[in-house]
Amino acid sequence: MVDTRVTLSGIELSNPVIPASGTFGFGQEFRDYYDINILGTFSFKGTTGEERFGNDTPRIAECTAGMLNAVGLQNPGVEHVITHELPQLATFFHKPVMANVNGFSIEEYVRVAAMLDAQPAVGWLEVNISCPNVHGGGMAFGTSAENAAAVTRAVKAATHKPVYVKLSPNVTDIVSIAKACEDAGADGLSLINTLLGMRISLRTQKPILANTMGGFSGPAIFPIALRMVYQVARAVKVPVIGMGGVTTAEDVLEMMLAGATAVQVGAANLVNPLACKEIIEALPQAMEKYGIQTLTDIFGGAWK
Amino acid sequence: MQYTVTENRALTAQVFRLTLMGDTRTFTHPGQFAQVQVPGFYLRRPLSVYDWQPAEAGSMTLVYKVLGEGTRALAGIPKGAVLDVLPGLGNGFQPELAQAAKAKAPLLIGGGIGTPPLYGLCKALLRDGQTPAVVLGFGTAEEVILQDDFAALGVPVYVTTLDGSAGRKGFVTDAAETLAGSFDYVYTCGPEPMLKAVYGLCQRHDVDGQFSFEERMACGFGACMGCSCHTKYGSKRICKDGPVLLKEEIIW
Repeated sequence: MVDTRVTLSGIELSNPVIPASGTFGFGQEFRDYYDINILGTFSFKGTTGEERFGNDTPRIAECTAGMLNAVGLQNPGVEHVITHELPQLATFFHKPVMANVNGFSIEEYVRVAAMLDAQPAVGWLEVNISCPNVHGGGMAFGTSAENAAAVTRAVKAATHKPVYVKLSPNVTDIVSIAKACEDAGADGLSLINTLLGMRISLRTQKPILANTMGGFSGPAIFPIALRMVYQVARAVKVPVIGMGGVTTAEDVLEMMLAGATAVQVGAANLVNPLACKEIIEALPQAMEKYGIQTLTDIFGGAWK
Repeated sequence: MQYTVTENRALTAQVFRLTLMGDTRTFTHPGQFAQVQVPGFYLRRPLSVYDWQPAEAGSMTLVYKVLGEGTRALAGIPKGAVLDVLPGLGNGFQPELAQAAKAKAPLLIGGGIGTPPLYGLCKALLRDGQTPAVVLGFGTAEEVILQDDFAALGVPVYVTTLDGSAGRKGFVTDAAETLAGSFDYVYTCGPEPMLKAVYGLCQRHDVDGQFSFEERMACGFGACMGCSCHTKYGSKRICKDGPVLLKEEIIW
């Protein structure tokens, strides 16, 4: 029997597979397909201080080996998440969940973080400073080292839970932003969020997305994500959650060899609701195939 | 889930009929849809369901229009091939809702590739003892589909084409207008401008109804929030809370 356990800031996960925020709602839609307690955990839908409808439609466009989304952080607001979504989740998910925290100002990040900090079901806060689909928030905080550090510092002061800062790949030097977050007290880092992209309809000769641009995800971005995880994980001491185009158990192993402590799966959930289940089931076999007994042994294995 | 193609044939130059064998037990209502994975394309294609036999070894028949590269590739899939499909998605038409259940003579209005889901619905309404009539609208005579299928159910079928090459020249609402007074509920599926015109028809004649909408979507099962729309009852996901909205909740 191989050992698939990993630990994120003192909380043990039975395996490193974590559905990524925005691709798994609050778990409800996946219950029809499998028992989601087999997951390491999951990161719930990005939550803001107030309810948001998000962007106009079309919000989705297909690409070769991937997709664009410009949902724009649609969510019911932190209060509704606490009074409705988390109690509902507690009826069918019995592990600590990762809370994805969003804001349009440092004050909003702090308020959302403080409210979610008080929820026993929340194991970690994942602070999203990298949403490419909203204006005046999200990525605006994630593309400058100073702003990223300021959000990190403020959220850290508002919570006792481990804080993972979710980084944008849409920057010239992701390592400097990662280090700024680490220096500001981040307990870990999540990367990468989606890459800013666009498609144009030849029929209308206009952008397909109502928002013009959107976040590119799917297997096409895996090599970029892997490279950034490799660069960041080598440069920081805090754990890194690797994500971006992960679709198979082999992708999980690659991410961990690049230095990821755990791995998130995003777009794959939207194409195949059973994606995470299939990855988790395939993981022991993939480990055996490559002579891996204990998953944590391969952490950063590609560095040497 | 895996399904075997038993039929994939052209009904017109652009519209195909695809029958798949496999587990269809998740279907509960006509107007639900299926997400079909076309080999070589990342996102699934949401396709409308014409009819199905619910069973573990059941079958479903989808009718789709070739609109882009994905559906063009699908049209080339041979009999015997295996496709990955998520069946039974969305709410579908709900004839059991109070207002709909009271109807005796519902009118089914379909436009173009919006007509297939009305076939399964028509059968369900007949089973319930209602006496539906059907109005189908197309661009030209070459685009007409399913007219014979509905006629074989023994219901009145009124066809309209924009150029008058088949049936009555004009819009579905032109034909429906002449039937005003004979129907007491409306079910409709088609392009959004048509739905809006049908909504106007319902308003004019004080008739309630159910409207099936389309939107670009990724997952098709409510996870991605890609297909959200505003309704009078808050935001809804076309894929999960729809595709069928009640007339009373629609905001244009």
